[in-house]
Amino acid sequence: MSEQPLPVVEYLKVPENGDPYLEGYKCDACGATFLGERSVCSKCGARDQMSTVTLPNSGKLYSYCIVHRSFPGIDVPYISAIVDLDDGTAIKGNLINIEPDPEQIEFGMAVDVVFDDALGRKDKEGNSYLSYFFQPANG
Amino acid sequence: MSDAYIVGVDMIKFGRFPEKTVPQIGAESALMALDDCGLTIQDMEALYCGNLGQASGMVGQRMLQQIGQTGIPVVNVSNACATGATAFREAWASVKAGLYDCVLAVGVEQMGKGLLGGAGAATGIPKEGLLGSGTMPAVFAEAGMEHTNKYGTTFEQFAKVSVKNHHHSTMNPKAMYQIETPLETVMNAEMISYPNTKLMCSVNVDGSAAAVICSESKAKELGLMSRAVKVRASVLTSDPWQERDLVMPDVNSCTRKAAAAAYEMAGLGPDDIDLIELHDCFATAEILHYENLGLCGDGEAGRLIDDGEVALGGRIPVNVSGGLLSKGHPLGATGIANIYEVTTHLRGEAGERQVEGARIGLTHVIGLGSACGIHILEKT
Ligand SMILES: [Zn+2]
Repeated sequence: MSEQPLPVVEYLKVPENGDPYLEGYKCDACGATFLGERSVCSKCGARDQMSTVTLPNSGKLYSYCIVHRSFPGIDVPYISAIVDLDDGTAIKGNLINIEPDPEQIEFGMAVDVVFDDALGRKDKEGNSYLSYFFQPANG
Repeated sequence: MSDAYIVGVDMIKFGRFPEKTVPQIGAESALMALDDCGLTIQDMEALYCGNLGQASGMVGQRMLQQIGQTGIPVVNVSNACATGATAFREAWASVKAGLYDCVLAVGVEQMGKGLLGGAGAATGIPKEGLLGSGTMPAVFAEAGMEHTNKYGTTFEQFAKVSVKNHHHSTMNPKAMYQIETPLETVMNAEMISYPNTKLMCSVNVDGSAAAVICSESKAKELGLMSRAVKVRASVLTSDPWQERDLVMPDVNSCTRKAAAAAYEMAGLGPDDIDLIELHDCFATAEILHYENLGLCGDGEAGRLIDDGEVALGGRIPVNVSGGLLSKGHPLGATGIANIYEVTTHLRGEAGERQVEGARIGLTHVIGLGSACGIHILEKT
């Protein structure tokens, strides 16, 4: 079992010393960014032009829905959100620390990316995981 | 190249048939489509069989074991919710290419109940409810809310799609459900993923649909032209790159690309279409496709549903069958079932729900991942 929590997805990086961060792959030929490792750009087809970039921890809410029915054992309701990070990379996750009520949620609202335990979920070996979430930006 | 014609087509009434096998369910509509044109399995030169749930299970061959093993080539097709349309298109292409003169296309599915999408993780921990939702009602709710973000489309406007389609279903004896649902009933039904309530989600059902496609010379030789329907366009697209498509499956751009190609192939425009069966897997999705198919300008879809232009009797009736929302959505069968619906109208045989004077109709399906199939059909 790992001492440190494991990243919930490969594009979440957890350095030994330092803060966790999201990593993207950026095509040096056309500028498109991707979540997850790749060597060929699916926008322009360029090969071996990918470099890693640290994604910003802030962005704006692009779309969302409020999930009231999910699979057994999943706590509801929760907000499933699509966020455009400040560099244009789109990412999906839970929007937290705001009422799951369409009256309270505004398109385009500023959100921060925050890192926390993956809702207590553990794998078969008992490992803990670190996940990312979105929350309304402070002030 | 010869034109290709639908000479026989049918679907079973969708429902739940756990006591039957997938090939048995498919065989039913295959026989019905053959009966519709008075042909037999011995007349078929090839079979294109669409199914998703048993994609590696040789469903087409097992179906022929039920209805006649003539040794013809069988192509088993799987392409998400565009599976049936893809099987039909492969059949059409084989006739257009002059490879065969008379072929059979079948779409069949046996579904479990419950939510689709967002299955458990093979390694690590489940991501559902942790990194948003991968359930289909949520994915299509997010696609709808994108429209809300851009154009202010309301929960009520999305809900009106279900009111309309459920009303249409009361005139379709082959729909799984034939129940009127007033607006308040739709909006107050159990919320699944806002803004999609339970009555705004398509129904998981078992079903099958089949079509017999002939070349023009063969249809004439067999004396089948009087009820034949011409395939004016057949288009399949995949999803072109979009900036958000790693996190937001894009049902819009592949539909727009397919619609443009289909109108060009047919030499027609949206104004020439008399009825449409489109992929209303969720009420939110139907709104998007009014614009994607060019029925109105961008941002006008809410007005279209408000003004009743897409209801039976309106300017361009959409989903007069009741749509996937009421008819049910047996994934692999859906793309041929909507071809059955449009063909039935073009033949003037749709009874109470007949779109009067229909000459040209369009069918549309979307498979997430993504695939879009569009067919334009014309009365002969
Ligand atoms: Zn590129």
